[in-house]
Amino acid sequence: MPEPVILTLSNLSKRFGSVVANDAVSIDLHRGEVLSLLGENGAGKTTLMNMLFGHYVPDSGSIEVADISGKMQPLTLGHPQAALEAGIGMVHQHFTLAENLTALDNILLGSESLFSWRHNRKAARKKVSQIIERTGLAAPLDERVGNLSVGERQRVEILKALFHDARILVLDEPTAVLTPQEADTLFENIGAMTKDGLSVIFISHKLREVLAFSHRIAVLRHGKKVGEIATADADERVIARMMVGADTPTTPRDTQKPGAPVLELNNITVKGKNMRTSLRAVNLTVHAHEVVGIAGVSGNGQSALAQLVSGLISPDGGEMQVDGQRISKFTPPAMLNAGIGRIPEDRHHDGVIGAMSVAENLIIERLQDPAIRKRGFLQQKYIQDNAKQLCKDYDVRGPGIDADARLLSGGNIQKLILARVFECAPRLILANQPTRGLDLGAANEVARRLLEARIRGAGILLISEDLDEVLALSDRIMVIHDGHLVKANTNDREAIGLMMAGEQV
Amino acid sequence: MIRIEPREAPSNWWTLGIPVASALLALLLAAIPLALAGANIFEAYIQMFKGIFGSTFAFTEMLTRATPLIFTGLAATLAFRAKLWNIGAEGQLYLGAMAAVAVGTGLIDAPGFILIPIILITGAMAGAAGMAGPAYLKTRFGADEVVTTLLLNFIILIFLQMMLEGPLQDPMGLGWPQSSPIVDAAILPQLIPRMRLHWGLIIALITAVIAQIMLSKSVWGFKLRAVGENAAAALHAGIGVKRTLMSAAIVSGAVAGLAGVSEVAGLRGYLTTDLSPGYGYTGIVVAMLAGLSPIGVVISAIFIASVFVGADTMSRAMGVSSYLADLVVAMSLICVLVGGFIARFKITRTDKGKS
Repeated sequence: MPEPVILTLSNLSKRFGSVVANDAVSIDLHRGEVLSLLGENGAGKTTLMNMLFGHYVPDSGSIEVADISGKMQPLTLGHPQAALEAGIGMVHQHFTLAENLTALDNILLGSESLFSWRHNRKAARKKVSQIIERTGLAAPLDERVGNLSVGERQRVEILKALFHDARILVLDEPTAVLTPQEADTLFENIGAMTKDGLSVIFISHKLREVLAFSHRIAVLRHGKKVGEIATADADERVIARMMVGADTPTTPRDTQKPGAPVLELNNITVKGKNMRTSLRAVNLTVHAHEVVGIAGVSGNGQSALAQLVSGLISPDGGEMQVDGQRISKFTPPAMLNAGIGRIPEDRHHDGVIGAMSVAENLIIERLQDPAIRKRGFLQQKYIQDNAKQLCKDYDVRGPGIDADARLLSGGNIQKLILARVFECAPRLILANQPTRGLDLGAANEVARRLLEARIRGAGILLISEDLDEVLALSDRIMVIHDGHLVKANTNDREAIGLMMAGEQV
Repeated sequence: MIRIEPREAPSNWWTLGIPVASALLALLLAAIPLALAGANIFEAYIQMFKGIFGSTFAFTEMLTRATPLIFTGLAATLAFRAKLWNIGAEGQLYLGAMAAVAVGTGLIDAPGFILIPIILITGAMAGAAGMAGPAYLKTRFGADEVVTTLLLNFIILIFLQMMLEGPLQDPMGLGWPQSSPIVDAAILPQLIPRMRLHWGLIIALITAVIAQIMLSKSVWGFKLRAVGENAAAALHAGIGVKRTLMSAAIVSGAVAGLAGVSEVAGLRGYLTTDLSPGYGYTGIVVAMLAGLSPIGVVISAIFIASVFVGADTMSRAMGVSSYLADLVVAMSLICVLVGGFIARFKITRTDKGKS
């Protein structure tokens, strides 16, 4: 028996200037159903969800939500409060938590009157604990969110939505930060909750998950809904073709003989404030012509490793060598001079300066280069030519090279960073979460460029929380857990997953 | 209910037109307090206009008033572009003036073409030193520069009183707390005979042009903007954030110091504790009004000086309080800030219950 419809989006359209973000999109969601929303970056998924949640006002179209009794009611558009009251909860790709409050306070936030005398913490804590028990979404409730890992923050976000009695939960790329086991647990628990009547809209790029987990798949392309298919009738090829309008090329990968070591870490120790920023006696070697993948759950020392190799922190013990030269000064310029190209984890925060132009962002690591500066002044002609060339070579699309970098989409910002890094022909490339949040096309492009650099002779240190990516790209895999780095002698997903959880294999 | 969404790309027309429209709106709004003060509004605006453009004297007086504002506006602009909140231009102005008085009242005997550069440089150095301290405390210990620079203003002012009743006091001054007069060779020459307008204006304009070029074309300006817009990304890209902040602080303080030199050596001729009626603070308004653009600072300094001088003339002619000038300046700042917001964001009405 088909479950009743709980949510109807009819003919939603939204334009931004000349860009049509959504063009008459209609979607139904049934009670207890998991609907996957697929599409490349810029296909309009996030815009559609933002309209549902009241962040954007649609240019035309309407939304209806079933109330508790199951009767369809029109949703007031453009009011997040109305969406909340209608039982719509959303977990954004970029978290919306207050870092200086505890997890519990964040969950409670917005549920209490501004003028209430005191928190009713006890009842709230009980309710949250019950939800945790039901779903397995464990999070340290009394820890400040600023001290939590990305994965924990996401769980807090989901808990927050559930605490607010969401009946429709929108998850925007929820598994990007979870281990396969954690993701499986999440799916299991959401599966159990859908049996209770929760409906889920699930946005993802990972076809494997979408196929394993959802009941129905809707695909968006260029703002239009191009297809809807029951998951039982779908396979990866069918969906991929729907998403990009053609078969996706898989990244070709040949074997390469590893060369001399380009990066050596000997007994490196970093005493950070917490587990996330600590490394314990880490040994690591990356050779030329080699991709070393670091798998691990977020918050196990990846950021310490990345900051160390980026030159943002100094080790408390141990030695680092690049190309056989001992690094004595741990600063970003020293790392750049040593021939390390860095693709930062948070490309908006550390990668580009949004209020400066694309052309300026492309030369920001090369300010000492005599081609860029003459007598302290910028060589505008070179900078412009350089930007035109790189945007063409790396297919950076946007309003132009003199436009602010913030106007580019996520994928194009990543291409900009790739252009900047690869143009300097680095000996070692640190790629930290290089494809997080990117669509298939852009992710494939990143992978292709990394493997190209590998053929050229660079060593690549790939840090990723996406195990599929690590498995696909790496010659060797190491697992990071609790600041320790352990060699994985296997390519088996399950075994590596257990190591990520800290078990000896 | 109102919703606010950022505009995709603010057009040039908006970014240029909004400040002008806001300034005009501010003048219109000034009619309200004028009417409340019982003045004939039409007559008041005529008097205001006359006070600025009515005669060569009026016009040059306005430019004389604009000169220190250009300097302090530039000082604020250069620091603010690096997100270094230098609220201490007032103190740095006095440091510059003290340095100018220290070397320009007979310590060195030299012709003008040597002595004037010397007092300019020592004044700039003194102002730079005044900002280097708070910047060091910020980069080394994370001390909030808003607090340190602001409080330093009061310390410097008390230090000035001490100096004017001590080492810098004019022996011929009958015990008044004022310095010896600047020697003739060190006086910045007048631009027009019998008018008070002096070479300080030219130096201010040159400084503005240099600041504009350095900000947009030099590697230093690039670093400054990068640090101001996104310090984390600048650091990641290998830019020395602390060093850039220090250099921005030193240049900002130096320009504020020049304001003091220009006032004491171009206008007053000697130093007292009322050399500046808050030019350092007004400079912040000038800089914000100009959208932190050095060339824009020249225009907004002239606008604010016009309002001050015009309102001054008007209040004397009409017999209303001169505080109206402050009121108009404050209103124009609010108008321009709101205008800037409108230029960057789109405000749309959403009616509840309608879809």
